[in-house]
Amino acid sequence: MIERKATVASRVGLHARPAAIFAEAAGELPVEVTIALEGSPADEAMDASSILSLMSLGAEHGNVVVLRSEDDGAGDALDSLVRILETDHDA
Amino acid sequence: MSVSLGCQCLLHRFRQWLAARERRSNTTVDEETARLKTAAKTVQAELQKRADSATGDARAVLEATAMMAADPMLLKSANALIVAGTSAERAVWEAGAQVADMLRGLGGYMAERTQDVLDVRSRVVAELRGQPAPGIPTADHPFVLAAEDLAPADTATLNPERVLALITSSGGPQSHTAILARALGLPAVVAARGVEDIEDGTEVFVDGAAGTVLTGPGDVERTAAVIWAEQARSLGTYSGTCTTTDGHRVPLLANVGAGADARKAAEAGAEGVGLLRTEFCFLDRDTEPTVAEQSAAYRQVFDAFPDGKVVVRTLDAGADKPLPFLTDASEPNPALGVRGYRTELSTPGVVDRQLKAIAEAADGATTDIWVMAPMISTAEEARRFADSCAAAGLKVPGVMVEVPSAALTSRTILQHVNFASIGTNDLTQYVMAADRQLGPLAALNDPWQPAVLELIRLTVAGADAARGETDHDAQDGAGGDKSVGVCGEAAADPALAVVLVGLGVQSLSMSSRALAAVAAVIGSVSLADAQELAEKALAAPTALEARAAVRAGLPILETLGL
Repeated sequence: MIERKATVASRVGLHARPAAIFAEAAGELPVEVTIALEGSPADEAMDASSILSLMSLGAEHGNVVVLRSEDDGAGDALDSLVRILETDHDA
Repeated sequence: MSVSLGCQCLLHRFRQWLAARERRSNTTVDEETARLKTAAKTVQAELQKRADSATGDARAVLEATAMMAADPMLLKSANALIVAGTSAERAVWEAGAQVADMLRGLGGYMAERTQDVLDVRSRVVAELRGQPAPGIPTADHPFVLAAEDLAPADTATLNPERVLALITSSGGPQSHTAILARALGLPAVVAARGVEDIEDGTEVFVDGAAGTVLTGPGDVERTAAVIWAEQARSLGTYSGTCTTTDGHRVPLLANVGAGADARKAAEAGAEGVGLLRTEFCFLDRDTEPTVAEQSAAYRQVFDAFPDGKVVVRTLDAGADKPLPFLTDASEPNPALGVRGYRTELSTPGVVDRQLKAIAEAADGATTDIWVMAPMISTAEEARRFADSCAAAGLKVPGVMVEVPSAALTSRTILQHVNFASIGTNDLTQYVMAADRQLGPLAALNDPWQPAVLELIRLTVAGADAARGETDHDAQDGAGGDKSVGVCGEAAADPALAVVLVGLGVQSLSMSSRALAAVAAVIGSVSLADAQELAEKALAAPTALEARAAVRAGLPILETLGL
């Protein structure tokens, strides 16, 4: 399993439009990716491609989230998602 | 309002009905999950198409809604239910409800998305059944709207020019559908069995007075519909004065929600506002509006009645009117929870800031301004509210009587405040222990119930006693004089309005549409007649018998087709 950390850059947090952009990108990846708030147990991680999961996660601007994949070859995929999280889509 | 209407019109289905435990039949788990996936993807594509033709914020919202339709979490929980034997329709219905509950619990922005999830869910169910997408239909001809029940939010999208009547399978006489129907002056039948079995496009005859819905109307019904439409026109508008035949004045006021509403009420002849619902300033917001914002909004209402009275009700949040910054959505029993004036316990200060805003709006206005608190249960709460009003410089404090304890102790409550206004909708729900939204309890949720009439009588008696006790005290000339008014929907029922006058209620507040009918019926009796009818109503052992006895004594109802 590999993981990446990212800081949520969107000022409105990870909901509304930023969540839609992120969930869509995660859904297009060939691997399954989970997302969790930093410090929360790994088994509470949620499906990164689900906009409803992202909304219930409630990640705010400045929160650190952890992306995980069981596929060790998914490094590039996770990196691409980190870039999306660290862009302020409301700017 | 009890009226009848026949119509040559289409009937549209608004909400969906699902059997409580709809099972999968003759299909395998794989077939059923595939069916759900296809339907979800179709709905997603449709919503995405709508998003593509939209711009700005609307586009972002539609795009997010489109993604919800085929959301992996939603489909995963629905699929688990399919494995357990549920039909795809029922599975997505329940999974959507779970998601909606979760979002509602998060409050704020997330809670506002609840409706989006429920909308998506309805669309997926409709797609699975091969039916058109639900929602208030947009027909180019008038129609009868059939629904399970209507939510407060539906009022915004309902066009009274197009909708002829409302029929619902759920809801009681005080449900939102019934209140909405009265506000729009539409015939309505609530808790009507069999509504869900009527096919779209069926011609129906709706008799709001008899509470019946008839399919395949004949000549008799067609004639009745034409006559009613003529009567509704001839009833005309309220002259601005309501008196009994012997000259007893009954001020008729309007229930309003905002400045535009108040101006409409003034045009309709209302002598003032008996209930200003201040929630309009607060709903759909994550944070409390500022004193300046509130003050400007209230001033618009005051300016609609420069020579009249406006009774401002302080914020009534909670139960069916949740506010993210004030109320706790996870209460197991919101109707008995922290709502109305009780939010002062959990979030002190909101009421004081609101009173300050009312006082600022009152500054320079010529309107006679009264202020009352909702959901008062004890004399101690009334005293605290009166103190807050005095501190804000507001001279006429009052209370709503909605909780049975307030009706029973109106004497001690009115030692602290100047007036009481009975909210019959909640008073009925509480004294009968019957949720006003529940169709099966509609018969209990009836303001003609003997217990409700008795509580109104007791409220007036307590007020009379309090007035006697304070006569000797030097009152500073403030208005109110321990008067009792009614601002619930009961005041809009012309027959019940006569009973209220007979019971000693001094003013009635209702939706503007009801003013003319109520004035016409009160104007047909003397005060002594009204008192006699009130005695008959009080003596009746059941709500049905009370209503029948009073209607028998008011022949004008028949004449006016009410």
